[in-house]
Amino acid sequence: MIVLGALVAGLLFGGGLLLSGMTNPDTVLAFLDIAGDWNPALAFTMAGAVLVAAPAFYRVRRTRLSLLAAEVRLPSRTLIDSPLLAGSVVFGVGWGLSGICPGPGLLLLATGTREALTFMAGVVVGTLALRLLRPGGRTAPV
Amino acid sequence: MPEFLSFPYARAFAGGLLIGAAAAVFLLIVGRVAGISGIIGNVVRGHFGPGRAFPVFLLGMVLPVFLLGPGPVAYSLGLPGLAFAGILVGAGTQLGSGCTSGHGVCGLANLSVRSLVAVLIFMATAALTVWVVRHGGAL
Repeated sequence: MIVLGALVAGLLFGGGLLLSGMTNPDTVLAFLDIAGDWNPALAFTMAGAVLVAAPAFYRVRRTRLSLLAAEVRLPSRTLIDSPLLAGSVVFGVGWGLSGICPGPGLLLLATGTREALTFMAGVVVGTLALRLLRPGGRTAPV
Repeated sequence: MPEFLSFPYARAFAGGLLIGAAAAVFLLIVGRVAGISGIIGNVVRGHFGPGRAFPVFLLGMVLPVFLLGPGPVAYSLGLPGLAFAGILVGAGTQLGSGCTSGHGVCGLANLSVRSLVAVLIFMATAALTVWVVRHGGAL
């Protein structure tokens, strides 16, 4: 059941990214280019996603249980600390240079182009490098 | 294409609804936050989540591209630039504990102030980066 849920969620996520146009770095850069010919489309994507996800988080915040009655791990940290700020700046520069964030980058892997493979190889290198440099840092809960 | 998808931004919004539904299903069934950078960070270190849900989720994500094609894709960088940007995206999302999905979709839906701060910072930094690249020639 968990595997089926994960598969359905993945299909919905990938289909949603594809439909919204986020797989095209050019579209994402047009959204980020507020001083140029601004394309606000992705603000609608973000709003739609938050709108649908919010009730599920509301329920889980209260029950702490999945529909399969298993414990749900929500991020517990509320502190706005320097790793959060510095990490968000570094991610923002990478996103602004490329127009690709991790989800769309993963989808682009399926195109098998050198561009997609190079970008995602960079993502994996950056991910592992940070983990090696900062082994004590909290990770997303497993 | 259904007619309602021809309105301006309707595709972008409908795509967002699907992404939100994905985050809801993942939270309610798998019991974890659907943050892509967090899930990738776990999978590359051999942590596959409850019932190996993480790699299955990532596989499900790429299937629509295999089935339907990627649509138009235009890169603004060459290979060295993409490698550099990818490293920044990987390291930054691990250090900051989230990306557009983890902080953006899930964190905001969970009414997290920490995630709101992260989203405002990476959006502003990304917009500033685009500004410098495209319009900052006088700098």
